[in-house]
Amino acid sequence: MIDIFNNTLISNSIITAFLFIGVVTYFSYWISKNLTGGLIHGSAIAIVLGLVLAYIGGLLEGGTKGLADMPIFAGVGILGGAMFRDFAIVATAFGVDIRNLKEAGFIGSVSIVFGVVFSFLIGALVALSFGYTDAISITTIGAGAATYIVGPVTGTALSASTEVIALSVAVGLIKSILVMIMTPFIAPIIKLDNPYSAMIFGGLMGTTSGVAGGLAATNPKLVPYGAMTATFYTGVGCLLAPSVLFLLIDFFI
Amino acid sequence: MVVYGVALLSFCMLAGVFLGRLLGYLLGIDANVGGIGIAMLLLIFIANKKNTAIKIDASSKSGINFWNAMYIPIVVAMAAKQNVLAAISGGWMALTAGVLVVFLSFIAVPILHKLSKSKEH
Repeated sequence: MIDIFNNTLISNSIITAFLFIGVVTYFSYWISKNLTGGLIHGSAIAIVLGLVLAYIGGLLEGGTKGLADMPIFAGVGILGGAMFRDFAIVATAFGVDIRNLKEAGFIGSVSIVFGVVFSFLIGALVALSFGYTDAISITTIGAGAATYIVGPVTGTALSASTEVIALSVAVGLIKSILVMIMTPFIAPIIKLDNPYSAMIFGGLMGTTSGVAGGLAATNPKLVPYGAMTATFYTGVGCLLAPSVLFLLIDFFI
Repeated sequence: MVVYGVALLSFCMLAGVFLGRLLGYLLGIDANVGGIGIAMLLLIFIANKKNTAIKIDASSKSGINFWNAMYIPIVVAMAAKQNVLAAISGGWMALTAGVLVVFLSFIAVPILHKLSKSKEH
């Protein structure tokens, strides 16, 4: 009986994921309305709830994909994977106003390069203050502070140790998760309420997952503008970190 | 037809990712450089182009808008598949770096905004 039930869920994994995410979302909007009086947006709660479930999944299964490592939630991994995430991000562009895009195009591009270098330097300084003295480790950890993809790409290119690469991924993951959770609360303070600052925001943060989640919980209308710059960031990071930025660190160490 | 909208969306994404990877290859890195951004620009371009062979009627639009509306549920699924455990077990250095980067970047948003606006005037 239980086997038949589990098999039904496992063999229809994406459908199971649709139902599961629907229930999580419903529950989150219920909490938002009845427990916070609408103060905290339902999607912000849903994202935090997703992260908590991911933590529990990680504890139970010991894998790297959070809840999606549990066989009955494998579909959540597909639905929440890069393919569907990017597909939905492209779809959000359908509502974009070209004038806004043109107006913020230049500062958006500047913010991507500035964001990569800025995040890298902060990460590198923290690595230095925690006692790392070799240029390869410092560069790899700095790259992780850009995104959790730039970190391992850079680390692999420079032949960093696996511990340092794992650490760079952890830095990037913390960044991504914090951006998802904190953005709705910080948004009013940093005036993140228009397409112009959303493009700067995407370029500075750079983590596509973080920006996608953070803006979804802040104002879904801003998503395409932030995502537009954020999706260029990882590429720019992979370009700069193992080359120019490594030489810079190597020069000063 | 609804499927035309979905197909257009798929075309834009595949074309964008292809160009992004090609750009990465030309730059000598094994990464997709802005492919999704290129895909978004392509969709915006096609959607705003008047008098072309491609007409996006109401039902085609609903195919695109469905995926637009699925954005938040997909983001929730994305949150549920993050490696939260690894993030938390990264130790003090990872935590310090992550927190500092996020807060300083938050602070930089209004500063860059002001700088860019003041240059225009």
